[in-house]
Amino acid sequence: MVAWTDFERATIKDIFSKIDYEVVGPAAISRFLIVYPWTQRYFAGFGNLYNAAVVMQGLEKVVKNMDNIKATFTELSTLHSEKLQVDPDNFMSCSFDCLAIVVAAQLGKDFTPEVHAAFQKFLAVVVSSLRRQYY
Amino acid sequence: MSLTEKDKAAVKALWAKVSKVVDTVGGEALGRMLLVYPQTKTYFSHWPDLTPGSEPVMVHGKLILGGVTEAVSKIDNLSGGLLELSELHAFKLRVDPSNFKILAQSFMVVIATMFPKDFTPETHVAFDKFLAAVALGLSEKYR
Repeated sequence: MVAWTDFERATIKDIFSKIDYEVVGPAAISRFLIVYPWTQRYFAGFGNLYNAAVVMQGLEKVVKNMDNIKATFTELSTLHSEKLQVDPDNFMSCSFDCLAIVVAAQLGKDFTPEVHAAFQKFLAVVVSSLRRQYY
Repeated sequence: MSLTEKDKAAVKALWAKVSKVVDTVGGEALGRMLLVYPQTKTYFSHWPDLTPGSEPVMVHGKLILGGVTEAVSKIDNLSGGLLELSELHAFKLRVDPSNFKILAQSFMVVIATMFPKDFTPETHVAFDKFLAAVALGLSEKYR
């Protein structure tokens, strides 16, 4: 169980209400494909990058289930480990670091250090849940 | 993953804009790092106040920014040009080099909030490579 403060819950919901999934999803993915080109190995079958909104929808599922993230992500974890075979070291260092930068650029000065810290904690929990089904 | 001429040009162009706000960018990045990655506070336990925006953080942030500006000026020879700073980090400060990446990410988030249009994916990859090369230069004397 992750202990979320009221500020963290409110902040995460607020961030997800402010960002446009159709913009942020593709922007984050296309950014990390450029910044970390070796991640391109995973996207040959991904199709049109506009489907990247599904990644944001996956994250939104977590926002709706902040007290049961592990269970929410069991299927997605299995997908990433068994079907997509993504090196889990990529989750934070490549994709979520880029996502933090895209969200920071969108929110500007609203992405205060306190908001950033809440978002980083959220991403760390998501990474941990995505890693759970790897063996 | 060495810096191409295109990377160096992108870094210099970005830094020309960022260095106009050096007074705050360094302190902002440092304060953010201490809050977002609390394990980094262990290096600053001698400060009275580690909160973002506090005096020790902003003063030290300016110092760090000066170091990065120096690195930009030595972009053609980062492994050789940062030897003094490397000795400082290796023998005096004894910062675990894995933390350089954490501060680099904090810098890039601050730059993204302040210059969203300039921090394009191409500039981001150049700057990420540059900060990684600086980290390597700083690690030169460790062992």
